Amino acid sequence: MFESPSVDAVMAAERAASFTKRSIKSDAKRAGLELALSMLDLTTLEGKDSPEKVRALCRKAITPDASDPGLPSCAAVCVYPALVKTARKALAGSGVKVASVATGFPSGQFPLEIRLEDVRRAVGDGADEIDMVINRGAFLAGRYREVADEISLVKEACDHAHLKVILETGELETLDNVRRASDLAIRAMNEAGGAHGHFIKTSTGKVQPAATMSVTLVMLEAIRDWYLETGQVVGMKPAGGIRTAKQSLHYLVMVKETLGGLMPSANGAGGIDGSGEHCPWLTADFFRFGASTLANDVLRQLAWLKRGVYMASHDFSEA
Amino acid sequence: MSDRLEVLKTSKLFIDGKFPRSESGRSMIVHDRAGKVLAHASRASRKDLREAVEAARRAQPGWAGATAYNRGQVLYRLAEMVEGKAAELAALIDACESGAPGTAAEGGAGEVRACVDRLVAYAGWADKYSQVLGCNNPVAGPYYNFTVPEPTGVVCVLAPASPSLLGLVALAAPALCAGNAVVAVASGASPLPAAVFAEGVATCDLPGGVLNILTTQQDELTSHAASHRDIDAIHAAGLDAKNTELVRAGVAENLKRVVVRSLDRADWFDPRLCENPWWIEGFVEMKTMWHPASV
Repeated sequence: MFESPSVDAVMAAERAASFTKRSIKSDAKRAGLELALSMLDLTTLEGKDSPEKVRALCRKAITPDASDPGLPSCAAVCVYPALVKTARKALAGSGVKVASVATGFPSGQFPLEIRLEDVRRAVGDGADEIDMVINRGAFLAGRYREVADEISLVKEACDHAHLKVILETGELETLDNVRRASDLAIRAMNEAGGAHGHFIKTSTGKVQPAATMSVTLVMLEAIRDWYLETGQVVGMKPAGGIRTAKQSLHYLVMVKETLGGLMPSANGAGGIDGSGEHCPWLTADFFRFGASTLANDVLRQLAWLKRGVYMASHDFSEA
Repeated sequence: MSDRLEVLKTSKLFIDGKFPRSESGRSMIVHDRAGKVLAHASRASRKDLREAVEAARRAQPGWAGATAYNRGQVLYRLAEMVEGKAAELAALIDACESGAPGTAAEGGAGEVRACVDRLVAYAGWADKYSQVLGCNNPVAGPYYNFTVPEPTGVVCVLAPASPSLLGLVALAAPALCAGNAVVAVASGASPLPAAVFAEGVATCDLPGGVLNILTTQQDELTSHAASHRDIDAIHAAGLDAKNTELVRAGVAENLKRVVVRSLDRADWFDPRLCENPWWIEGFVEMKTMWHPASV
């Protein structure tokens, strides 16, 4: 099919760790935290989810902190397919997207027809974005064509909805596999009408380890190489295990230092840091955080910057 | 062959059951009363305070959920650990604490004995204070009506300069025995006894995070502790006018519980003054329940 470059795991870990050593203070910190907030897919994926919990989460996504209405809304609310209608109604007119996991999430161990029907229903109920899981069993057995074909079929079933392909990197064993799965997912989406604007995503959040810095770095490099080859911008979503505001800044630094500088603007002006470059991955259109507890830590840090007082966790709503 | 170099201990902070250096990288030089350098001690910043509060908040439900009997056992074990370090603690107190008479009953050895006794006293109160502070209220109806004390949550202790160790123990023990988690800020003037005490805490079965000990110049943390919305109460002693004002200003917004004590050095050694349930009462919340009488 294609050749993926191999990954030096030691150097990937080293490089990923280097992104945690930047000093980000005051105005830059506030801008980074607000950006992270706007990139959040506020997620609830539990067996005990109820419509009221989803409605509460939707309210939080629209207005993350009622005491500071100037803060941006989150990017999306991510729920199970059965709750898509509830979320759609609660988010109507807000600009916050409805994301639904589908394809027999989180295992994906269901017949293909059922997985595809899962997707069609979620889209029919109003999901803007579909988070699918790949067939890890087939991938690890080397049946790459089968995995790719399934991704293409799911992408077609998504119709107008954006697709996020969950690689479940915690089950892929090696970074070489992570790179290969990234390349495969991007190419499979491309075969079904183009990969531009669609995402690859690390994890379901149900398997440990979930998102790590080195896994995300490898996936960002796959995205970079695909952009350089085709000009298509593929999105990235690390999910699971990102709980602190500081971690979210580490990830944003990694995005900037891995995918920044690819698109200098024509007149050399603008850009997020005034350097004149346009980096689409530093917007919610192409980068997301999948998390449930990250929002409140970001809000606590923003409140500290604004008020100079350490906040308690009970100062913010749980959902 | 040159003379052997003395190996001096650099004391560190005690947060979440571990001994980290200050995230700020700072330390302070501790002198004895003769002006000789005794050691370097970590100097905690507001971020260390924040970490300690996070750890205390995580640890508090588990500690409050332990049986009262078990909390008493663990505090007794802490007393045993302090007893085992008595000589080291007494020597440090005698070397650097202002106001310590050196050899009398209120010198270093006496202060450590009082610490041990204080811990044993509150170990005993752990399964008794709720009988004293709680009550069964008479009501005119087919109900029982109970009032029971529950721990307030995370308590910040601001320890006095003298007696530095007894002051810290006497302020922390009542809060601990009721199931609170404590972040104790030792006196900046005499941090070493508290740092060695932390080594005893680390080995006494107290779950990590239940008692955290910071050494620093207290002044720089006072207002952060007072305004911190995740600290539920402050138990302080020996505050000067400026720090008293900082505490008042900080708590004005969040209305946390504040007990500021003003005791002479000798008073700290008096069990009749310092070992009673009214020291616990400031760090519990009274919960009143109505229960049908005939169900």
